[in-house]
Amino acid sequence: MIEIKNIKKNFGDHQVLKGISATFDTGKCNLIIGKSGSGKTVTLKCMVGLLEPDEGYILFDGRNITEMAFIERKDVRKEIGMLFQGTALFDSLSVEENVRFPLDMFTKMSLEEKVQRVNFCLDRVNLKNTNKKYPGELSGGMKKRAGLARAIVMNPKYLFCDEPNSGLDPKTSIVIDHLIREITEEYNITTVVNTHDMNSVMGIGDKVVFLHEGLKYWEGTNKEILSITDGELFDFIFASDFLKDLRMRAKF
Amino acid sequence: MYRSISRPEKPSMFWKETFRQAHDIGIGSLAIIAIVSTFVGAVSAVQFAYQFRTINLVPMWWIGSIERKGMILELAPTISALLLAGKVGSNIASELGTMRISEQIDAYEIMGVNTPAYLISPKILASIFVVPMLVIIAVMLGILGGWGAGLLGNFYSTSEYFRGVQDNFDGYDLVIMSVKSVLFGFIMSSVSCYKGFTVEGGSIEIGKASTQAVVYSSIFIIIVNFFVAFVLL
Repeated sequence: MIEIKNIKKNFGDHQVLKGISATFDTGKCNLIIGKSGSGKTVTLKCMVGLLEPDEGYILFDGRNITEMAFIERKDVRKEIGMLFQGTALFDSLSVEENVRFPLDMFTKMSLEEKVQRVNFCLDRVNLKNTNKKYPGELSGGMKKRAGLARAIVMNPKYLFCDEPNSGLDPKTSIVIDHLIREITEEYNITTVVNTHDMNSVMGIGDKVVFLHEGLKYWEGTNKEILSITDGELFDFIFASDFLKDLRMRAKF
Repeated sequence: MYRSISRPEKPSMFWKETFRQAHDIGIGSLAIIAIVSTFVGAVSAVQFAYQFRTINLVPMWWIGSIERKGMILELAPTISALLLAGKVGSNIASELGTMRISEQIDAYEIMGVNTPAYLISPKILASIFVVPMLVIIAVMLGILGGWGAGLLGNFYSTSEYFRGVQDNFDGYDLVIMSVKSVLFGFIMSSVSCYKGFTVEGGSIEIGKASTQAVVYSSIFIIIVNFFVAFVLL
């Protein structure tokens, strides 16, 4: 379980996070949603340690990483897998080398064991016969799968996904969402997904946290979210007049 | 940047990356260093021959001696360093800048990798080792370039030229060349790494960082070159 408590973050005079508290459950897909500029990415970056919050705590199963030294934090980071918005695959390495990199860096496994593990992870994300290809040779969906394979190769306890569906067509987005959900349940991972894709919310949102202007505005499940009838969250979910109209018709 | 001198997570990975960088910097720059140094050696021989002919008091075999001194003390280290600042420096800055913008550095960080130690130190270390080797090659090719130009222009015979090259050789010149090469390798790589690693923004900033890496490296190299000559000569 990951808990964030009263996280605040300023960039100069601009306060991006104004005191966000939330709990992200183990074995569930926890979604952070919100409009662009609502503070989703900053929240995620604070959680994974890429940004330091100005105030507040972040607890990974009770371990406060905000008070940890760099060396201690490294141990927690080894339990984290992350799928980046742009996948962040290393251009100079092949898919196999990309996925193998954390194993090369942090384990004493033999090359054969590492390759076995890499192949297992690539199979798990349905990415076969791409071991020797380079990121530049892959489609957007394949890159996301490779990124996901790299994120899970070390058996992480925590999986973070930043806009996993950005740049993908709706069908591939659903495939990636399902993969994230399956992996979360299969390995009992605490997964935190940062998205503004309502298909993802409805598909995998076991728990949804809606941010608005740097504050937590709403928290619930994807079942509960449809009962919202007004306010910022309603505007976010039913962004277009067409959807609003559809919602109203369904209600009556 | 102080983290770049801390102990790497896995020495084998660190050395693998260092050798990869050394290969990229060394082999990747060999052709341009070879071409430029050969022609710099050749053109300086032509210039000296022209001057000596005009004066008509200095024996032509002196050109070999001047070529050797000039290449070892000044031309090979400085011109190689400036070329490498342009080629390797901009490459380092844009590579690291692109990695920063495309979140590849963040990916390393999240894995728990000490990114400065893994990404910066191998580049600096590789430069410190490879630049002196390239400079040695530049010296040899520059001297051969001078010989070739002399033969083509019929300024001196082979034996005259190499008599000059061997005449009054001072090993201390090689010490100065080595000091310059190591310092220039360090300046070029560290300035470029710093500019690339600290990029913020997008592709325009990568371009700016790359340009600044070349400009600042070149300026520092020229200034340090003066002080090394001033102190050691």
